Amino acid sequence: MDANGGAYNAAAYQGNSAPSASASMTYLCAECGYHNNIKPREPIRCFECGYRILLKVRTKRMTQFEAR
Amino acid sequence: MALEDRNRVVILEDRVENISGAEFPLSFDKHEVSYSLEELKNALDIKIVHLTPTEIEFDLIGVDASIANALRRILLAEIPTMAIETVYMINNTGIVQDEVLAHRLGLVPILANPEDFNWKRAEDPPTDQNTIVFKLFVECFKNQNAAADETDPNKKYIGSSVYSSQLVWDPKGDQATRFADAPVRPIHDDILITKLRPGQVINCEMHCQKGVGKDHAKFSPVATASYRLLPDIQILQDITGDDAELFRSCFPPGVVEIVNEGGVRKAKVVNARKDTVSREVLRHKEFEGKVRLTRVRDHFIFNVESTGAIRPEVLVSKALDVLIEKCDISKAALAKLIKDDMTDE
Repeated sequence: MDANGGAYNAAAYQGNSAPSASASMTYLCAECGYHNNIKPREPIRCFECGYRILLKVRTKRMTQFEAR
Repeated sequence: MALEDRNRVVILEDRVENISGAEFPLSFDKHEVSYSLEELKNALDIKIVHLTPTEIEFDLIGVDASIANALRRILLAEIPTMAIETVYMINNTGIVQDEVLAHRLGLVPILANPEDFNWKRAEDPPTDQNTIVFKLFVECFKNQNAAADETDPNKKYIGSSVYSSQLVWDPKGDQATRFADAPVRPIHDDILITKLRPGQVINCEMHCQKGVGKDHAKFSPVATASYRLLPDIQILQDITGDDAELFRSCFPPGVVEIVNEGGVRKAKVVNARKDTVSREVLRHKEFEGKVRLTRVRDHFIFNVESTGAIRPEVLVSKALDVLIEKCDISKAALAKLIKDDMTDE
């Protein structure tokens, strides 16, 4: 725990480089399931069907759960 | 309480009497029926009535309810088994959320002898001595051969239902050779874990650990473990003729039969064990004062149904071992307490 009493070290957390501005992210269309590559400031809209709700894809990392 | 009723619980129309035991000095006028170890040794008996690979029915006779209840509670909560404890979710796009799916996987009974494994404390690393690994990788597809107007999801899709049989054991270390003749697997193959639709995937790894029922019900080795007292129907006055027919119909089939004694039809109790003690007989005016419903206070009919991981007769003997161990601990603790008291003075 750091001097500020925070549960995590905020400075180190923010020190990680943010994804570069030009990098595109993949989002799933909530309507048709199409994988959209969308860059920052681009309209949030599916290229295939024009639906305006896009979903983040699940992390590729493994997650641990208690079977309780 | 009358002396002849000393080990009878009396069931009346609106209440139950003689519930507690009376094994203390002078509880009956001028009669000594206090507790004695010698008498307990003579009276104590266990009779196995019925035994199948998953169920046992046995009679425990001559003990106090506290002992019978201790045995029942140990069966439920203190005999270890193996169960899925952690789920490592790599991918899950199905409708059931990760934590709900993990919970459901945890409840699947696992066929593994818990004595072959060590306890795993939180700080212990998983090894082949304390952990069993299962893997689940399932995907759902459209069935190309299905008719266009097919509505049954089991025919329309391939892999739409995920069953416990799809859990694949992944032997670690020497586990493959150690358990070559009894591979680790879920006890039942037809437990529905979740459902999928085309394009949905589940990929995860599960770690099983040894645990006891008091920690989580998934570790409980029994489906049910219960006892009831043996019913005893006392006919105080002969019940004859049409009344006998009515009397018989007050009990489940096989409890009361009608015998012919010198041309008179008479009701006779043939198997009180089958009775559910519904008190139906007490509702009829005809039988007032003629019948008495009782239960034998120190005759316990145990019913233990195993989940299948441990054989039921082994379960009971293990439970008795745990009970003996508990008694030894209390005995040693009490002895120490008395000894400390003596030295203080």
